[in-house]
Amino acid sequence: MISELEMGKAESELELGLGLSLGGGTAAKIGKPGGGGAWGERGRLLTAKDFPSVGSKRAADSASHAGASPPRSSQVVGWPPIGSHRMNSLAAKSAREEEEAGKKKVKDDEPKDVNKKVQVGFIKVNMDGVAIGRKVDLNAHSSYENLAQTLEDMFFRGNPGTIGLTGQFTKPLRLLDGSSEFVLTYEDKEGDWMLVGDVPWRMFITSVKRLRVMKTSEANGLAARHQESNERQRK
Amino acid sequence: MNYFPDEVIEHVFDFVTSHKDRNSISLVCKSWFKIERYSRQNVFIGNCYSISPERLLRRFPCFKSLTLKGKPHFADFNLVPHGWGGFVQPWIEALARSRVGLEELRLKRMVVTDEGLELLSRSFVNFKSLVLVSCEGFSTDGLASIASNCRHLRDLDLQENEIDDHRGQWLSCFPETCTSVVTLNFACLEGETNLVALERLVARSPNLRSLKLNRAVPLDALARLMACAPQIVDLGVGSYEDEQDSESCLKLQAAIRKCTSLRSLSGFLEAAPHCLSAFHPVCHNLTSLNLSYAAEIHGSHLIKLIEHCKKLQRLWILDSIGDKGLEVVASTCKELQELRVFPTDLHGGGNTAVTEDGLVAISAGCPKLHSILYFCQQMTNAALITVARNCPNFIRFRLCILEPHKPDHVTSQPLDEGFGAIVQACKNLKRLSVSGLLTDQVFLYIGMFATQLEMLSIAFAGDTDKGMLYVLNGCKKMRKLEIRDSPFGDAALLADVNKYETMRSLWMSSCEVTLGGCKRLARKAPWLNVEIINENDNNRMEENGYEGRQKVDKLYLYRTVVGTRVDAPPFVWIL
Repeated sequence: MISELEMGKAESELELGLGLSLGGGTAAKIGKPGGGGAWGERGRLLTAKDFPSVGSKRAADSASHAGASPPRSSQVVGWPPIGSHRMNSLAAKSAREEEEAGKKKVKDDEPKDVNKKVQVGFIKVNMDGVAIGRKVDLNAHSSYENLAQTLEDMFFRGNPGTIGLTGQFTKPLRLLDGSSEFVLTYEDKEGDWMLVGDVPWRMFITSVKRLRVMKTSEANGLAARHQESNERQRK
Repeated sequence: MNYFPDEVIEHVFDFVTSHKDRNSISLVCKSWFKIERYSRQNVFIGNCYSISPERLLRRFPCFKSLTLKGKPHFADFNLVPHGWGGFVQPWIEALARSRVGLEELRLKRMVVTDEGLELLSRSFVNFKSLVLVSCEGFSTDGLASIASNCRHLRDLDLQENEIDDHRGQWLSCFPETCTSVVTLNFACLEGETNLVALERLVARSPNLRSLKLNRAVPLDALARLMACAPQIVDLGVGSYEDEQDSESCLKLQAAIRKCTSLRSLSGFLEAAPHCLSAFHPVCHNLTSLNLSYAAEIHGSHLIKLIEHCKKLQRLWILDSIGDKGLEVVASTCKELQELRVFPTDLHGGGNTAVTEDGLVAISAGCPKLHSILYFCQQMTNAALITVARNCPNFIRFRLCILEPHKPDHVTSQPLDEGFGAIVQACKNLKRLSVSGLLTDQVFLYIGMFATQLEMLSIAFAGDTDKGMLYVLNGCKKMRKLEIRDSPFGDAALLADVNKYETMRSLWMSSCEVTLGGCKRLARKAPWLNVEIINENDNNRMEENGYEGRQKVDKLYLYRTVVGTRVDAPPFVWIL
């Protein structure tokens, strides 16, 4: 159906001459010369397993060609038809409930369902030097490599129509291994900024509040802080 | 009429305000066309790509208010990729170069930039009103330009936009001399707000009628703001988070009691339930209540609030209110005209969700109901038939059953008969969204009975091309047709090409139309822009040999007088 599920079609970035390889080179490359809109933007909605694959038929076909990152064939894009502001509001509520369930806080009159799936929702991403941020749906990603790929597509392969997001950055990016000009960082629920990639993915998506593509030169000391806040978290 | 001087005719035209009527007037004769042209104050452009700013200015040199819409409706649900289009920049630039005395700009689903906002703020001395709905691409810096430079700013109304919040001082950019603000809505901003600047602005704005705060305004600040603006008519309370501070609560209650003009309430993003009671004294005056973001409030508290709202005309609520809650609405809100019930649980199986019973209760209890948007888990034909009988006055009927293809949960039949009853009974129906298990039959009914229908949204419905053909042939007033995940293909698309000249646009995604079919359409109708949006395949569609038969992911076509647009991104292919 939509591109997210056709990510198995690895397209080489001939236009920009990039030979991208992330963390081992087995990750599927998503060729989207038009910008990472499909992943990038607002939303993939989780829905039921009880969806027949009418809409996702084509998706299911291409899903079988998928590379390292498993696509979610049960997701139907843009359904139910609810605007992203509302989706975010619901996601925020769900995240709060999960958090409180985890902390074993008791609220008098709220129905609680600890087993409810967490609707993580859309996370804002800003990049140093770019005025306008974007949003990315963490539900649509299954690993750090996925996420890094999406962000690179979003910020470094933007289409000409987007003001301010294209151009200067043509070097291949390695957001995760610290070897490029930029690193990926995130702010967690406690307000600390940390390097992305240090904790298991599942733990990351429940604690991330927003993302920032930061200049490596400014990211010094983040690793150290990460240690401290880890200890704080274990209190 | 021909013997009256132009000024007299123009004066008569001043009383004609609706766009449709003014368009009709301009067709009467050359003289009327000319007079109407020069006197048109408000221009409405439903699709920014149907015309160019230059042509707009040539036809209407004197307008004061412009409304522009960009992306198609399904962009709200992420079906339109980022960067597709809808850029307002060329419009602002063209208007700035001209001598138009722009006073009001209303944009929906467009891409706005800080540079554009700055240019806007500097180019029109009398600029008064900026309304942005579901727009994106700008930050609070742009808002700062508007605040700083628009001396006579009356309205700054930001509804559900994606605004990059730089946590700056945009509110303090309103000069001390600015006392003209009537509407200030920044509920969609995520970041912190300069409370001091906000309070000072509100205090010096005696004409302030509508104030909608964002989540960052705490309760004590809200109390002070309300105390400064007891004349407020429309209030968005922001997060309304209870701080357990009894003094704040008392101050708030005192302030609320003074707001005797309050008619519309919204916000409550993080409200704890027991705070709602502070508003009970003003509930009897409320005509509009939007609790659809109040995810933290339990159904019972919502009900307690609504029980006081006897004059309510518009209610937006979450399905946590339940069928029981809707029964309370039905017995309390006899003036209700518009109801929207949004889902809280997208995974299905929520026990507080609403069902067909709630819908039936509302239809039975609220005789003035004419617009409904209802999300639910289940529906029956019987319920819809009852609703149709109770409420033949629907103008807008949008039902969204969360699970695609879900049949009548009692009979396991498709919901054709239910929707059929709705379109047959509701002779004034202008907008319809269908859902659940539906065959071609429902479209036969729609084509036959929905004579006034202007907008139709179809998802996961129908069996064959006949379904779409019934609609295209039957609904003479159709303007916007949007279809997703339904088995309609080239035969339906190509049957009557001239139909699209009478419509604003057609959207089809994940249907059965092929590239070959779209190409044929584009050839037959050069006055249409036929856009293929294919994020992955891009130009690969040409390369493989199955070109003609390859299915098109997303098709968006619209009539235009200015041909192919030049700002399309690479993943949009305009045939």
